[in-house]
Amino acid sequence: MSNSSHAAADSGAGHDHGDQLSIWRRYIFSTDHKVIGVQYGITALLFLFFGYGLMAMMRWQLAYPGKPIPVIGELLLRVLGPDMADKGIVTPDLYNSFGAMHGTIMVFLAIVPLAFAAFGNYVVPLQIGAPDMAFPRINMASYWAYFVGGVVMLVSFFIPGGAAKSGWTSYSPLATLADPGHRFDGQTFWIIGMVFLITSSLLGSVNFIATIVQLRAKGMSWMRLPFFVWAQFVTAFLLLLAFPPLEAAAIMQFMDKVFGSSFFLPSGLVVGGTPFSGSGGGSPLLWQHLFWFLAHPEVYVLILPGMGIVAEIIANNTRKPLFGYKSLVYSALAIGFLSFIVWAHHMYLTGMGTKISTFFQTTTMMISIPSVIILTTMFVSLWGGSIRFTTPMLFALAFLPMFGIGGLTGLPLGLNATDIDLHDTYYVIGHFHYIVAPGTIFALFAGIYHWYPKVTGRMMNEFWGKVHFALSLVFMNLVFMPMFIQGLEGMHRRMYDGGASYAASPDVAYGLSLALKLNVAISHAAWFLGLAQVPFIINFFVSLFRGKPAPSDNPWAATTLEWATPTPPPHGNFVHPPVVHRGPYEYNLPGAAVEFCPQNQPL
Amino acid sequence: MEIPYTVEPRPDTGLFNAKVGIWLFLASEVMLFGALFSSYIMLRVGSDVWPHGMLNVPIGTLNTIVLITSSITVVMAWASLKLKAFGKFKLYQGCTVLLAMTFVIIKSYEYHDKFTHYFVRYSAGSEVKELTGHIEGSPMNWTLATLNNPTRPISEIRIHPDVASGEHGHDSGAAHPEVITVPTKQIKKLESFGPWHLTYLAIYFTLTGLHALHVIGGALVIGYFWGPGSRMWYSDPERFTNRVEVAGLFWHFVDLVWIFLFPVLYLL
Amino acid sequence: MNATNEAEIKQATRRYVYVFVALLAGTIVTVLASYIPFGNHAVNVAVALAIAATKAFLVAGYFMHLLSERKLIYGLLATTGFFFLGLMFLTVSSGADQLKSLFH
Repeated sequence: MSNSSHAAADSGAGHDHGDQLSIWRRYIFSTDHKVIGVQYGITALLFLFFGYGLMAMMRWQLAYPGKPIPVIGELLLRVLGPDMADKGIVTPDLYNSFGAMHGTIMVFLAIVPLAFAAFGNYVVPLQIGAPDMAFPRINMASYWAYFVGGVVMLVSFFIPGGAAKSGWTSYSPLATLADPGHRFDGQTFWIIGMVFLITSSLLGSVNFIATIVQLRAKGMSWMRLPFFVWAQFVTAFLLLLAFPPLEAAAIMQFMDKVFGSSFFLPSGLVVGGTPFSGSGGGSPLLWQHLFWFLAHPEVYVLILPGMGIVAEIIANNTRKPLFGYKSLVYSALAIGFLSFIVWAHHMYLTGMGTKISTFFQTTTMMISIPSVIILTTMFVSLWGGSIRFTTPMLFALAFLPMFGIGGLTGLPLGLNATDIDLHDTYYVIGHFHYIVAPGTIFALFAGIYHWYPKVTGRMMNEFWGKVHFALSLVFMNLVFMPMFIQGLEGMHRRMYDGGASYAASPDVAYGLSLALKLNVAISHAAWFLGLAQVPFIINFFVSLFRGKPAPSDNPWAATTLEWATPTPPPHGNFVHPPVVHRGPYEYNLPGAAVEFCPQNQPL
Repeated sequence: MEIPYTVEPRPDTGLFNAKVGIWLFLASEVMLFGALFSSYIMLRVGSDVWPHGMLNVPIGTLNTIVLITSSITVVMAWASLKLKAFGKFKLYQGCTVLLAMTFVIIKSYEYHDKFTHYFVRYSAGSEVKELTGHIEGSPMNWTLATLNNPTRPISEIRIHPDVASGEHGHDSGAAHPEVITVPTKQIKKLESFGPWHLTYLAIYFTLTGLHALHVIGGALVIGYFWGPGSRMWYSDPERFTNRVEVAGLFWHFVDLVWIFLFPVLYLL
Repeated sequence: MNATNEAEIKQATRRYVYVFVALLAGTIVTVLASYIPFGNHAVNVAVALAIAATKAFLVAGYFMHLLSERKLIYGLLATTGFFFLGLMFLTVSSGADQLKSLFH
């Protein structure tokens, strides 16, 4: 390893004066895809933690409505004032703010940047054998746009009136008129922050597609790309084409809020008992169309990179090729394509026409086919493998049933008739969290454990990794499984007191009052889930300095190109331009003399 | 390793990196303006009345011609570089920047006209009257709050009402001999023709405003390649030609958007 | 356009001038056509959009030299166009048989 590092330093020196850059240019305003990937990763992990924190406080209010939060309540009162946290109790406004910002932060500032930007930036150029992204400076601009967007979102908590409080979906007219006292309220900040985040992902996705199209190494044909690269490729297209309509919608909502237009405000609106004075004539349905035109593909933006990571890890740890690589690729493409024409299944309750509802119901059922193909090929890939139960593999294995639960519980929501009953209940919350939390987040943990030795040159501790895995798996399910029961009993997702006022009324259904009791158990599971991350956090930092040094450049005996670089990869990545001779997963091929064949090994 | 295909095309795709990048960017722009056009259609289909003839067609036509002309100067600038005629490139590229500035100036004149054009609802005796027109002195964006400003109250406004449309065609700015004086205390509502007045104006300002931002952004880039950026011609002429081409592609797209905006907002 | 030889470029510049003249003519025709009462306003809309589409084709085809562009770009633009049309038609038609029509 030390030899190759030296060689790399020599070759790096010629490129962009790699060795003479100041610390600022090298670590802060770097244009190197690996540094940007790590920057994205760390920022996104911090936001992930912050987003969890918001929910942990909300869960207190749901479990013990109207009681001050111990310790943290005092802090909230000092920082946000009595309007927001009177006597340390989460007020309804603050609860709504936390709810809206939990969604926004988790989706746009934590999971997407981590799954797409961080892993994509670090791994994609390495896996295709490229020296960097196609446009390094645009890559840096993408990170800083994301950073500014994140700062805007954080600042919005401290402005008069607090952060956005109309849900992460920001439906108008509610979102437009939520805070009539302030023209530049939390929602306006939300819009401005979103414009930065949209700009960031636009720059990122252009860069990813251009890189994958233009910079593949010699011999890296399309059907030799690792599945992770395919997943990122499709994801980039989703971001590229689905985000602009939300940007258009955000601009219009901005016009409504700041310049008093009525894009989303219908005629005849009455606000607080007085007729609304604006011109009216707008369409609230229009916002929902434009929002979900992004937000449904966004669901696949959340899950596809996770699937890519899991595929890589499964192939590597079963020591056999993925079953049906081509069907995986075509399924990912089909998902990408179909995800643009399913969005209105979020809108069955808007009074949209029945014919169009039927259309969207049909496409929604269709999109489950490629998703099931992907899941099935991954399950079948396990068959007959000599599985290594490493920490990344455990997370990847857990991803499969967790994603399965999340996906299958989504079917009743995609069907018109059943959705009317389940819409906006905790069932929905349980469903999409199963996809994103024990689904994508497990895939992301798997990815962190898997690529950590490549990034740092040291392994993470296996024992604490397994502790982290076991506790996370248990508590994830204890948090989200009871939500299905609550939802089926009809518990609404936005009840500030966790439904306590409902339970108190004499004619409430017996089942619902029972389901409400689950709130306390779920909250405890959620807090323990947070505690379960402590081994991970400690492991993450301690391994940086004390971790076992990676035994070689390729500690997992993997086949893809990122393991053919020096560790950690230098500026410019490869010592010699790699040439690809074979497919991505050549493990234990019949008749082969070696156990695995890296992609760059000549025939 | 250096990043390949920054200048020469990649053999299997036949494209250099920036060309792929700009077309991807334009694809997302298609979706951005596409979403706004879709919104326009949905709002228009869902509205009871949609105003017609509110904009000045001769000025819009003039601006269309300005933008089309700038499109040909941009492509001529690139062709001049291909022919190694750097002087001609400078000339054409400079023309483009001037035309872009002309477009923005004409556009801001149109905006100004809207912000000085008013809708007034007032009570005259027992009946409530409405009229549109210009306030004497052409103040911008007055509202009832401006008139009732405690430090500088305005007791009455003098309005030059619009000629009833249909008699004299589109031009709403034409002067009318009669001036109507309305005391402030009789005014129920006063607002200029900004995005707050009508959903039609809201989509007009949003679409043209976003388009104008694209014009300004494009002009800055083209201006940079005309000025300090053009030094690259001496060090790396091929790459410079590519850059000018890519900036030109963006500029043509801006022109293309206007080709649809003009009939949709001015004529239909 | 990846033409490098001088004669081809010179030929192309002549073509640009023709396209420019056609665009000017198209602009004038659109304005004039908007004043012709075709009886139904939908006809005016169709005529104006048809002329705009022709002009857009000229700009994209010749100025952006899309007519001689690579397959990859065609694929990208076809995908984008498809999703744009999906967005437009599905959004607009979602109001078509809406419940509210029962109450009017």
